[in-house]
Amino acid sequence: MAGVRTFVLAALALVLSALGVVDGAMAEGTAKWPGQCVADSATMRRNHFEMLLHQRDDTMHRGERPSDRSLGACLDCHAVKGADGHAVTAADSRHFCRTCHDSAAVRIDCFSCHNSAPGASK
Amino acid sequence: MAKTKMPFTTLDTGPHFYPMLGVLAAVAAVGLGSALYMEHHGHVVTGMSNQVVWGLPHVFAIFLIVAASGALNVASIGSVFGKAPYKPLAPLSGLTAVALLAGGLMVLVLDLGRPDRLVVAMTHFNFSSIFAWNVILYNGFFAIVGVYLWTMLDRRMNGHSGKVGLAAFLWRLILTTGTGSIFGFLVARETYHSAVMAPLFIAMSLSFGKAVFLLVVVGLYRMEDREVGDAMVKRLAKLQALFVAATFYLVVVQHLTNLYTARGGEVEHFFLGSGGVYTLLFWGGQILVGTVLPLILLLHPGFNTTRSNVLLAAALVIVGGLAQVYVIVIGGQAFPLSLFPGMQVTSDAFDGTVGAYDPSLPELLLGLGGAAVALLIITVASAAFRFLPASLADAEVDKHHAEANA
Amino acid sequence: MTDVLSNPTRRSLLAGIGALTLAPGIVLMAPQPADAAATSGKRWGLLIDTTKCDAGCNACVQACGAEHGWSDPTHGRPDQAPKWVRKVDVKDPASGKTASLPVMCQHCAKPPCVDVCPTGASFKRADGIVLVDRHICIGCRYCMMACPFKARSFVHEDIANQRPGTPRGNGTVEACNLCVTRVDAGKLPVCVDACAGAGKGAILFGDLNDPNSAIAKRVREVAPARLRADLRLDTGVHYQGL
Repeated sequence: MAGVRTFVLAALALVLSALGVVDGAMAEGTAKWPGQCVADSATMRRNHFEMLLHQRDDTMHRGERPSDRSLGACLDCHAVKGADGHAVTAADSRHFCRTCHDSAAVRIDCFSCHNSAPGASK
Repeated sequence: MAKTKMPFTTLDTGPHFYPMLGVLAAVAAVGLGSALYMEHHGHVVTGMSNQVVWGLPHVFAIFLIVAASGALNVASIGSVFGKAPYKPLAPLSGLTAVALLAGGLMVLVLDLGRPDRLVVAMTHFNFSSIFAWNVILYNGFFAIVGVYLWTMLDRRMNGHSGKVGLAAFLWRLILTTGTGSIFGFLVARETYHSAVMAPLFIAMSLSFGKAVFLLVVVGLYRMEDREVGDAMVKRLAKLQALFVAATFYLVVVQHLTNLYTARGGEVEHFFLGSGGVYTLLFWGGQILVGTVLPLILLLHPGFNTTRSNVLLAAALVIVGGLAQVYVIVIGGQAFPLSLFPGMQVTSDAFDGTVGAYDPSLPELLLGLGGAAVALLIITVASAAFRFLPASLADAEVDKHHAEANA
Repeated sequence: MTDVLSNPTRRSLLAGIGALTLAPGIVLMAPQPADAAATSGKRWGLLIDTTKCDAGCNACVQACGAEHGWSDPTHGRPDQAPKWVRKVDVKDPASGKTASLPVMCQHCAKPPCVDVCPTGASFKRADGIVLVDRHICIGCRYCMMACPFKARSFVHEDIANQRPGTPRGNGTVEACNLCVTRVDAGKLPVCVDACAGAGKGAILFGDLNDPNSAIAKRVREVAPARLRADLRLDTGVHYQGL
């Protein structure tokens, strides 16, 4: 199981860097908030869901709202601009989360409730 | 004294089998399709609202779950109370119970707002919630009845069937108490908050379960022209009458208790007089069709000698039972919540008004789909495993009865 | 109903309450650092003066709907539309006395909705705010059956254009959350601001556990009633003038 997962992640990394989509979004984010990445890409790819689950419980049940850990901060940093200069929502396949989740075929549950555009989430 | 064992056989896949399977599978498929439609669009396509939050799917689900627990009764009478004539039917009774519960739970889960979160429901438990306890009780029921069936079908385990049967019997009493308490514990609603809910649901389970089981037995045997003797039908009919009467007694107690109080008058007036469809279903469905007519058919010597009358009585109990559950579940929600007892209340959110509910087609189809799944499980399992006693003819039944008592 | 603004005694009282708010949205409460946890030392609550509330006004309802998005048009029937807060008009048939009041989640200390939720999605935060964790809500609607105040709504269809701070989605249950995101940032619930803005000032928000807070003082002063007090739920919302 672990072997399959590593293979998939490696293949994804290759595909994504080839596409340059993710790099483009990250370039903007790192320009806005230099040195404030939550973690390196490899760690994020492997653990972002656990981080999200952990933080949502902290925020929801304990009322902890660190500004750099909110979903809004994630969306701000990872915003992908569309043709009109506005950030795309999850309805668009260029949305940061979808670039990976579409090819991994993992359904994103977050945006059934959360607004997927930056500035609209806290 | 050597006991001759009743031989068990599988259901023959004769001329009626595949058409029956086809019909049931089609109804089940339509039910699943309706669930998909409702889940995709949201509950906006149903008759449910913020006033009546549980609709027709819950009526079917609760009926099936309550009947499931009661369908195990014949097995319990055999294993726990030692009445030999019922022992041959015990495996089929266990199968019916599990099948009905599966069908009912399918409807319940598919009606959730987020059925994709079933895993969450199975892994996050709030133990102060009777609903959470019910999840545990339902799953435990599958496990215990599974083991019970094993002790009955596997000769090496037959010696344990008494103990496991007792465990199953107690478990199902707790389970049905839990189902009734889902309503009985709700302090907010005067239509529900009552200690009588748990015993009422137990009585209903005995009555509905017995009726469904009787029709299942006769139906399966008729499917391949095997004989069910009058003696067996008579026994089941007598029990049925007893359970219908017990349910009626608890209903009377519930309503009398309310009628006696000044503040209960409003609720009673709603159900017994001014509730429109709920009053009609109460008097016409629950009382007339579900109680009075079956009791006449089952007890009056002019009627109860004919087998078709007994079967009709069972069918009427089921129809009346559905009406009763409808009145409880939906009528109970339609009656307005009273935030200001004794005051006249209006708002822009339907305070003070009777909740409107018009069942929609997808809800009905989902409910029927659940019933079809239950019957499908019974039919397929009977054909795959030896659940059916070879014969329920009078001679066979009495022979074993006589030998067991010798 | 007396015009509040023309009555000098009421105006000064209103100004006094206003001083605590300074201006809509800006508050005298020391804001907590954003990443501090909610504590059980506080208990947030509301005190609603129904004598200031008039039947024709629903500023609180409109503000709440706009802030959280639940008043956006839906495709369903009116009885399927979400309603986090509603105006209720009550009349005593014996005396003819009427009252008008907003009814929302009462944020009970012993919430029946929390007891009955099978997954624990309906929960009470340490500071008394009763919330639905819609990440684990399965949409069973049992909490809606259990609430004596009909405070909760079920989302019947897909939602778009969710507002900042208020994620909401199809198939889950929702209710007044005491504007928890704003409260955590040291601001007031929007109904409080809207009521003050409409010139009524009927809704007071604060820490019921703090004996020096305005709300605690007022509660001691006027001994307000609570809805369905017979149920002993110890609600966090108090009503004066009922």
